[in-house]
Amino acid sequence: MSQLADDAAGAAEDRPRAIATRVSGADLAFRAVVRAAGLLVLAITGLIAAFLVDRASSTLHAVGWRFLTNFQWILNDNKLGVGAILPDTIIIAVIALIVAVPMALAAALFISEYAPQWLQRPLIALIDLMAAIPSILYAIWGFFWLMPRFIGTERWLSDHLGFIPFVKVPGSYQPGNFEDSTFLAGLVVSLMVIPIIASISRQVFSQAPQGEREAAYALGSTRWGMIRTVVLPYGRGGVIGAVMLGFGRAMGETIVTAIILSQVFTIVTHPLQSGGNSIAALIAQDAAESTPAMISALIAAGLVLFIVTLIVNAIGATIVARSRSGLQTAD
Amino acid sequence: MTATSAPETSHTELIAPPRPAPERIRLHAVTADEVFPLLGSAAGAIALVWVLFQRVLPFTGALGFWVCCYGLFLILYAAVTAMQSGRRAVTDRLAAVAAASAALFALAVIAVQIGYITFRGWPAVTHLNFWTQTMQATGSLQPLTSGGVVQGMVGSLEQLGIATLLAVPLGVLAAVFLAEVGGLLAHPVRIIVTAMTALPEIVAGLFVYATVILTLGTRQDGLAAGLALTVMMLPIVTRASEVMLRMVPNSLREASYALGASQWRTVWNVVLPTARSGLTTVSVLGMARVVGETAPLLFTAGLTNFLNANPFHGPQTGMPLLIWAFIRITPTANMIERGFGAGLVLLIMVLILFTAARVLGGKAPGELTRRQRRRIARDARIRQITGRKP
Repeated sequence: MSQLADDAAGAAEDRPRAIATRVSGADLAFRAVVRAAGLLVLAITGLIAAFLVDRASSTLHAVGWRFLTNFQWILNDNKLGVGAILPDTIIIAVIALIVAVPMALAAALFISEYAPQWLQRPLIALIDLMAAIPSILYAIWGFFWLMPRFIGTERWLSDHLGFIPFVKVPGSYQPGNFEDSTFLAGLVVSLMVIPIIASISRQVFSQAPQGEREAAYALGSTRWGMIRTVVLPYGRGGVIGAVMLGFGRAMGETIVTAIILSQVFTIVTHPLQSGGNSIAALIAQDAAESTPAMISALIAAGLVLFIVTLIVNAIGATIVARSRSGLQTAD
Repeated sequence: MTATSAPETSHTELIAPPRPAPERIRLHAVTADEVFPLLGSAAGAIALVWVLFQRVLPFTGALGFWVCCYGLFLILYAAVTAMQSGRRAVTDRLAAVAAASAALFALAVIAVQIGYITFRGWPAVTHLNFWTQTMQATGSLQPLTSGGVVQGMVGSLEQLGIATLLAVPLGVLAAVFLAEVGGLLAHPVRIIVTAMTALPEIVAGLFVYATVILTLGTRQDGLAAGLALTVMMLPIVTRASEVMLRMVPNSLREASYALGASQWRTVWNVVLPTARSGLTTVSVLGMARVVGETAPLLFTAGLTNFLNANPFHGPQTGMPLLIWAFIRITPTANMIERGFGAGLVLLIMVLILFTAARVLGGKAPGELTRRQRRRIARDARIRQITGRKP
């Protein structure tokens, strides 16, 4: 009390007091340690790139830039390349996204906008569980349960929607024509991508400002009208980022493609037809043949996959980070 | 002057005497108008499609049946709603139905998967030897009464332990960096961490193979597999932990600083304890995510039928790799049965971890347990009656 009175009395020569926080030694050490931990994550990513480049160099030297365009995978003549399997990888990922994006967005909207309060937690747990189920279980489920049940549908699509390009399966009908198809692999991969897109989108949607929602309702909007005019525009950035992250995940999916697809080395033009490939599946299936030349070739393929997914994911992550999600601190 | 001269108002005067609660208007009540069109359209759709499939058109197949049912249901529901109310209501209700069915679809996928794995794996896991023996002396044609997967269980648990020991402390530290310290570096680190959460699993395996096994010259063993899992787990834990730390209210940090605590003290005594339950959930969820990863083990763990409890020497297989071997390398009927059995065991491990994560934590920072809430309510009552602190 008296201190305050004194201050007020000397108000004439009031000067702002210099505020200099002295950072203690413990604080400096603390900051150094956590900064090192953050740097380590960067370092690991850098190391992955460096070691993959190092180990892939013998193949890349022998094959050169044609590694990106070669269709074959013949080790002896150095006729190696990802010219066919990189497009195949992307085709699988695109099929997965076509199925997963509407599903994931609808599920995210249901959780954040429609579900009653008591149902939200269990549904979030459900999506988490979907992400936690091991990929090998998705793979054996897709191979043993889904594939036999799906061949009929694939045949129906081919017979009746064959006028759409790429849908028709050439040749006369045999069940074997439709097994192990790229489309089936994409479908199973889509189930693994749904939780990634759904959980990020849900977080973004639930951060849409309450005031704007209420304003939309006050103007007489229906719930869907509110979602269309407030929630979706607010969440657009986050959703785009989430889709890109899902795309990266779908391209890197290994076990499902390795178990479901029967390997071919051409660009898949008929996704319903048996046979397909992806970089990850190729690496997984040839892992057993570990001669040094083969390993180097596989690592070179892995390097291509790593670079492509890292670029896609980094763009996605930047968009998610820009969309304000997960960056605010509660007050 | 600056001193406040108003008398202290006591709490008792502010609390109004209890009144009978007025009857509340329920805003979210479900009316018959909303329920019966749904049920009616669903019944109508199923009946109509049944007639079409069974009596009129030469269609068969369960999948086609249900897809047609769903499409027809949407059409009927739209028509019924259009008869009741206008076009705006039609889009509104259709959007609600589409969103709900997507959530139902996710539920159905999980239910079918867990059901199918349990159904196919059941014959194998009901044999006690499946839990106690290894595949050491069992050929691919021998019946299920011989051989087991104990080597995979031991391997998976040890590799998961190594990954957890490395990834959780490091991940939480990196999250503290992102959420508490920040700076110029924080942005690139956050981008890379998020990008790494979608790192292809096989690349993690290749990386550890190229670094540890090819460069350092060790053999395939449990440690290498654990390191590969660490690479997978680190970004998951870091990203989710950062979200948890950011949910800690800023007012708590400011209160701590106002009491003169240093940054290090604030993080250690205020931020981390507040986020404890969330961080536990995040870590255990991370464990559940990586324990089922197959691809990182392909190059690193080494496949063996022998029990190897030492992760630092010799090949040590893990559960997912074992399933891969059963299904892929020697796919006889019995081995596929074993594969599904091992799948069920792996599923149980994941579900245990998943449930543990929900039980251990799952609360937002600052959210109180039921007991804490009860105590606060009791103290408030005592204060109300006696007019002073209990």
